[in-house]
Amino acid sequence: MEDEEHYRGGWELNSKGKLQLKAGNKLNKVGLGKIFYNPNMPELDDYYEPWTYDYQTLFGPEKKHQPVARAKSQITGQTMTLTTGPNWDDDLAGSPEYVKQDPNMDKIETDIKTNFEQAFMMYLPRLCEHCLNAPCVASCPSGAMYKRDEDGIVLVDQERCRGWRMCMTGCPYKKVYFNWKTNKAEKCTFCYPRIEEGEPTVCAETCVGRIRYIGVMLYDADRVESAAETPDQSKLYEAQLDLFLDPNDPKIIEQALADGISEEMIECAQRSPIYRMAVKEKIAFPLHPEYRTMPMVWYIPPLSPIMNYFEGRDSINNPDMIFPGIDEMRVPVDYLASLLTGGNVPAIKSALYKLAMMRLYMRAKTSGRDFETAKLARVGLTENTATSLYRLLAIAKYEDRFVIPKSHKEKVEDAQSEQGTLGYDECKGCSLAPQHGSMFKKAEAGESTNQIYAESFYGGIWRD
Amino acid sequence: MADFGSILLWVIFPYAMMLSFIFGTIVRFVWFRAGITAVSSEMLEKRKLMIGSLVFHVGIILAFFGHVLGILIPKSWTEFFGISNEMYHLFGSLMMGTGAGLLALAGMMILTYRRFTNARVFVTSSWTDLVVDVALLITIILGLASTLSGPLFPKFDYRETLSVWARQLFYLSPNWHLMSGVPVIYKLHVICGFLIFGFFPYTRLVHALTLPWQYIFRRYIVYRRKPKAD
Repeated sequence: MEDEEHYRGGWELNSKGKLQLKAGNKLNKVGLGKIFYNPNMPELDDYYEPWTYDYQTLFGPEKKHQPVARAKSQITGQTMTLTTGPNWDDDLAGSPEYVKQDPNMDKIETDIKTNFEQAFMMYLPRLCEHCLNAPCVASCPSGAMYKRDEDGIVLVDQERCRGWRMCMTGCPYKKVYFNWKTNKAEKCTFCYPRIEEGEPTVCAETCVGRIRYIGVMLYDADRVESAAETPDQSKLYEAQLDLFLDPNDPKIIEQALADGISEEMIECAQRSPIYRMAVKEKIAFPLHPEYRTMPMVWYIPPLSPIMNYFEGRDSINNPDMIFPGIDEMRVPVDYLASLLTGGNVPAIKSALYKLAMMRLYMRAKTSGRDFETAKLARVGLTENTATSLYRLLAIAKYEDRFVIPKSHKEKVEDAQSEQGTLGYDECKGCSLAPQHGSMFKKAEAGESTNQIYAESFYGGIWRD
Repeated sequence: MADFGSILLWVIFPYAMMLSFIFGTIVRFVWFRAGITAVSSEMLEKRKLMIGSLVFHVGIILAFFGHVLGILIPKSWTEFFGISNEMYHLFGSLMMGTGAGLLALAGMMILTYRRFTNARVFVTSSWTDLVVDVALLITIILGLASTLSGPLFPKFDYRETLSVWARQLFYLSPNWHLMSGVPVIYKLHVICGFLIFGFFPYTRLVHALTLPWQYIFRRYIVYRRKPKAD
């Protein structure tokens, strides 16, 4: 599913060096009948057909043979044969097969492949990136998709969506979905009613590992297009960095205030954990910048396979070991660069050096060992910045991770009439739970709670 | 009595269907906008849709313009431009009309077959989807049959009867007597066509009214902001 040469999501440069949707330009969409049939759209079977099991036969009358719960399609209700799908890779089961299909592997040298398989497992949550140069928005013929001027959240206007499905294929991260009950596109809303109130998204708030951070970034919207037209793929990461504005620069502050950006927003931008990690320390990277989308969910490359490699080899006493150590681990570095920087390996390396050095420094500090602090300078850290970066990444306090200004909707709309509402219109059919949850159905049919409990809880398991 | 039947069929019925079309469209676009969609089932089945949908849409759009040409443009106009009656009927009506009709028919047959035989598509179809499919198929068959039957009725010129009546509908003074000499097959096609008009806005067909023309002219990235309070 990740092969965008096949599914044609994102942008490319045309022969004149101008930005163009990979799926084809505007005229070609309407003129060549792509609106009647989208050739790039994945089919249900490219994901998998959802199914449930026929549990009732397990609890029927006594039979001669052991009853079996057969798989039933949740779409047609027919018995179906289960086949493998893209969501089926559980860690090492079948990895050599999946690794072969990974388009990111084509970009790195072949002799590394098997090594990689032995070396590490990596999990990469792919979210809607709320791109600066969002191809889903650009693909939408109806103009139903838009980027909010206030906070950059990309949304689908359900009133205007006509189900042409260009956004689904236009997004190279494949993060716009088709609801086959409402026949409209749906996507991550970045929990905008929460963001408007200065609260983090639910995925970030509930993250057990506390690895999700949300903060304000000021950027120059007028330069987005030219930045996305940077010819060299490996320069796109730097081109995007260049778009971000320094919220401490008095000139920027003056201009921001003149453009109607609130002081609260500017103050949050100054304390933004994202600005710190992405621009100041350069330890976070955009996902697949080569799609020219200017994505806004950035990832810190994982250190664990590298640390495992040289930890226990006296690295605290000899921190210089991390440099050859990281260089030797060409596998993850190459691979990470193909994921996160469009092939810019030095950028990934310097981030890993920095993270590893910070870790060694803090280990020496907390275990009371000596550490030659001059070594920190080699990766662009000082004792202060190393300690505060450690606080931000490892202690990860709630108020450090989430620095979100309120949107002050009360200034633009009648807040009283919004009281007690969801912040968005309720949509019948948007949630499939009422259709599939047997408890909802039973409750609607008038069964009492006790009855539902007796029917659903048996054999020590709650069966919905 | 015969008169009453004619008035019912060629005056009351067309206006009822046109009113239904206007009423439904307004209701749909003003109060039920969120429900307007192309109702794509491409997610569920792709191969038959590719051929069926492309061929059907090209055919039906050509047929639409053919109808505009044949009905809305008076005979005197085409004659003014030096197009003789024989030329019009041979090239315009018979050849191009048949071509468009065959495309639409082939596409619609594939789409209808797909809708009724593919289990995934069938169970996710609403009853209006099924009705629309069958109604379009019947109307296209009748329309194509009318076009092909042209040479069978050498004395009948729809541009002097049917088209005049159809234009009169817009001036609110339809002369139903004009329809008396029209062959049955044309009549059936007209009735089916108006029936489709009548339920057009209440079904998936409504997506044809939301052609996204503005896409060609707009910039790529759309920004929206909450309007500032005064």
